[in-house]
Amino acid sequence: MAWEDRYEMVCGVETHVELATKTKIFCGCSTEFGGEQNTHVCPVCLGMPGVLPVLNREVVHLAIKAGLALNCEIAAFSKFDRKNYYYPDLPKNYQTSQYDLPICGKGWVTIETEGGTKEIGITRAHMEEDAGKLVHSGETIMSSDESYVDYNRTGVPLLEIVSEPDMRSIPEVLAYLEQLVQILQYTEVSDCRLEQGSVRFDVNLSLRRQGAAGFGIRTETKNLNSFSSVRRCLEYETERQAQVLDDGGQVRQETRTWDEGKGITLALRTKEEAHDYRYFPEPDLVPLVIERAWVDKIRSTLPELPAQRLSRYRELGLSDYDAGVLVAAKPLADFFDRALAHFPQAKVLVNWVTGDFLRLLNANQHSIADSRISPEQFAELMGLIDQGVISGKIGKNVLEEMYLTGKDPSLIVKEKNLAQISDEGTLLGIVEEVLAANPRSVEDFRAGKEKAIGFLVGQVMKATKGQGNPGLVNRLLREKMT
Amino acid sequence: MKISRPDVEHVAMLARLELTEPEIEMFTEQLNSILEYAALLEQLNTDGVSPTAHVLPLHNVLREDVTQPSLEQERALMNAPDAENGFFRVPRIV
Amino acid sequence: MDITAKTAVELHDLLVNKEVSAVELTRAFMERIRVVEEKVSAYVFVSEDLALKQAARVDERIAGGENLGPLEGIPMGLKDNLCTEGIKTTCASKMLQNFVPPFDATVTERLKKAGAVCLGKLNMDEFAMGSSTENSHLQPTRNPWDLDRVPGGSSGGPAAAVAADETVYSLGSDTGGSIRQPAAFCGVVGLKPTYGAVSRYGLIAYASSLDQIGPISKDVRDNALIMNCIAGYDAKDSTSVNYTRPDYTQFLVDDIKGLRVGIPREYLGEGTDPGVEEVIRKAVGILRDLGAQVDECSLPHTKYAIPAYYLIAPAECSSNLARYDGVGFGYRAEGGEDIVDMVSKTRAEGFGPEVKRRIMLGTYALTSGYYDAYYLKAQKVRTLIKGDFDRAFGEYDVLLSPAAPTPAFKFGEKSSDPLAMYLSDVCTVPVNLAGIPAITIPAGFAGVLPVGLHFMGKAFDEGTLYRVAYTFEQNTEFHKAKPDLGWR
Repeated sequence: MAWEDRYEMVCGVETHVELATKTKIFCGCSTEFGGEQNTHVCPVCLGMPGVLPVLNREVVHLAIKAGLALNCEIAAFSKFDRKNYYYPDLPKNYQTSQYDLPICGKGWVTIETEGGTKEIGITRAHMEEDAGKLVHSGETIMSSDESYVDYNRTGVPLLEIVSEPDMRSIPEVLAYLEQLVQILQYTEVSDCRLEQGSVRFDVNLSLRRQGAAGFGIRTETKNLNSFSSVRRCLEYETERQAQVLDDGGQVRQETRTWDEGKGITLALRTKEEAHDYRYFPEPDLVPLVIERAWVDKIRSTLPELPAQRLSRYRELGLSDYDAGVLVAAKPLADFFDRALAHFPQAKVLVNWVTGDFLRLLNANQHSIADSRISPEQFAELMGLIDQGVISGKIGKNVLEEMYLTGKDPSLIVKEKNLAQISDEGTLLGIVEEVLAANPRSVEDFRAGKEKAIGFLVGQVMKATKGQGNPGLVNRLLREKMT
Repeated sequence: MKISRPDVEHVAMLARLELTEPEIEMFTEQLNSILEYAALLEQLNTDGVSPTAHVLPLHNVLREDVTQPSLEQERALMNAPDAENGFFRVPRIV
Repeated sequence: MDITAKTAVELHDLLVNKEVSAVELTRAFMERIRVVEEKVSAYVFVSEDLALKQAARVDERIAGGENLGPLEGIPMGLKDNLCTEGIKTTCASKMLQNFVPPFDATVTERLKKAGAVCLGKLNMDEFAMGSSTENSHLQPTRNPWDLDRVPGGSSGGPAAAVAADETVYSLGSDTGGSIRQPAAFCGVVGLKPTYGAVSRYGLIAYASSLDQIGPISKDVRDNALIMNCIAGYDAKDSTSVNYTRPDYTQFLVDDIKGLRVGIPREYLGEGTDPGVEEVIRKAVGILRDLGAQVDECSLPHTKYAIPAYYLIAPAECSSNLARYDGVGFGYRAEGGEDIVDMVSKTRAEGFGPEVKRRIMLGTYALTSGYYDAYYLKAQKVRTLIKGDFDRAFGEYDVLLSPAAPTPAFKFGEKSSDPLAMYLSDVCTVPVNLAGIPAITIPAGFAGVLPVGLHFMGKAFDEGTLYRVAYTFEQNTEFHKAKPDLGWR
């Protein structure tokens, strides 16, 4: 019997997202990913004796922008605090973060699942610095005799977005995460490069008896870095908690870690204290006073958000599926919009963009930024097909050629002489030849077998190397046979 | 006594200080005498008084998002007690 | 008079008139250090080679007929918690015994630019925690006026070196009186500037919301010249105030007629030494004779300043000193089995008892169950103390008190009783809590021991402090007295 019959899951997620700044939060070191170890560091981010932090304006700007996109209240007064704990990836042994006065207060995100739409509450979002990276000498942290520390990431600005425990199913959690990442990408608050670890999720999970009102005891599984890890972790952890409860036990309130290889969560061995972070106001940074005018100015720069774009696409007549595919990939949707400005037939366009074009990108493992085709060229291709200059089938070949060479479609059509044959006289000769060569099909057609015309059209197209105007060929065949 | 010996041991653990037996005894006694003195503050009614974290009325001190040169790796590591291959090296973590 | 006894202003004239070269001047101080240092022990490190190089550059500029800045070619010393690129900066702690900063403190950088000659780094209480310099990991510094007594602290080295003519001036840091009390104990001039007037970048932090760097000098004029060099906005310190730094020498006028001086009665309480009280009484007479209007006043929350300070400062210290873990820099203990073990041993071996005591106290004060009762309460008291000053400055231009309730005490006299040591900061600590400036100047003697007069001013009103200090100095001879170190 599945656990869902007895229990309801209650889940909230803390998302740590790297903000898209050029420099770190408190010093001028680059945030660029992938530098040689300990080369994007300076006395400030190494926490050397005597150094002081100075806050990066862009971090505040992006945090406010994210807050607005997540419908959060933006604090009029905000400050930084020190979170004190010892860990070798933290050079100062405190993390400069925000405690009781975060920059963003309550907000919400609207998600859509098969069950309909739902609002997931945002508790808060705050700015903080990232820690460094530990490389272990052995295969895992447990089996290593020593570890190596790279502080390049130390001080990279993060926004920690804390959701309310509003999610009740794994699809809801995934929909929330997808929506959140889309919003952050749309607002250019973050690149959200999950593969580079620029987004990390801590998942709080508890189960309660179906129909119960209170919350059960929760576990927090830290540092998940992909949607699939979150899904698998939740699948595992719900089963595990259900098992504990079924056995009459109590879930232990604890921090757990996800073992990607084994697909299980493990309790973090705590050698010591229940954490006491000893937060206090950061004396080396002064508070932020955020005037309404600053917030309004940022609000005025907010782009169209994914939910707005989705409803616009639906109004254009796109299917839920097509609209979803576009919105999920902002660069693709941007491409679509630019092409749409030159070729305003949304439904035709979307088939080509999410069909052949996306297939080409995927086959070449390219992102849209790698493509040599501009949206304007794409629109021109659509126009050539629409006006009957080339057939759809030829269009696919032209698209491939465009993809390879970046040439304008009209040039390719001209160079390769691909224009459709729409001259009646030329086609009539070929039609007569085909009819003469296929008396059986002609008989079938005349006997009422409508399907036979398809074969005959195919023969004419073959003879014209696909360039015959299909509508015209069809009409001529019918005229000759009746 | 406000602070017990286990309190002192707990605080020493939070502060990552390995204390000797005599130190634990000494700090238990001294911290108590200091905190007894600090209890003077309890006499003072501070209801409605806002705390001062900064004496300055400064706010919004911000830096532009412009890259500055970082340290060369060698200089970053020159004070490290133990370094290898451009990394800081530390003993086992768990 | 020996050349090492002269002020920066006097030496500047000698350099400009080519009566002495910068290298000769530096050598004279090296010689003075060689002779006196075994008695005083003010230096942690003497940077002879660097000093001579810096001096030679100044001589080249003199030879080239260049105009000399007021501090150019003048020897000075830095408290060993001020970062110096390429020169060990140890905070007088085993923890940083080999730490070589890859950067200069902003004050170091500004002095370098001004052509100052750095003689070396000066002794202090470990991490600036203490009032006697007995907490130095290396050695205690002795008071030049009585070698059996402490020079005060934590800037004991900077104050003693100026008093013993081992440097022309020095920079110290002041978190609860660490410039003013040793300056008073050693009979020299020490200023704690307004919080935010001098950049803290490169000052190894003790308690960030209280720390300020300031000059220690032989007279008030030198002090103002040094402030002209080191004060002013610095983008590397978020708590540095972007204000128009005045030329502080413009306040050096011999006139305090009508100046309103308040004497808070709480600063002359039970524990005040009769000799100190006598000096203050006479000083009040002098100030009145010079036309100042001196009246008693009250700062009612004064008695809460010490307990508030000894919660706030240790709390900040417990966090500021967490970075000393044997990973990125500084001392690392041998034999740590895992990271927690290594860090705990490193800190046990690297820190002295006073530092550990304050880390313990501060950690405790911040733990979740006690935060409101201790740290938050202390911050509220800080608001009340600041309010006391705001009210007093509505009526008075400056406030006056002794710099410390007693003159310099003997070695070991207070080191076994931390609380007694803390209570000796009673006159200086409230100033740091309020963030205001204060200056101490020599005002007489209790027996053979110097006593300092302590003037407190409004935020960013160092000018009035310089004016009253200068006027007092111009009309007295106390600053000219020198300890007898059996040389010359």
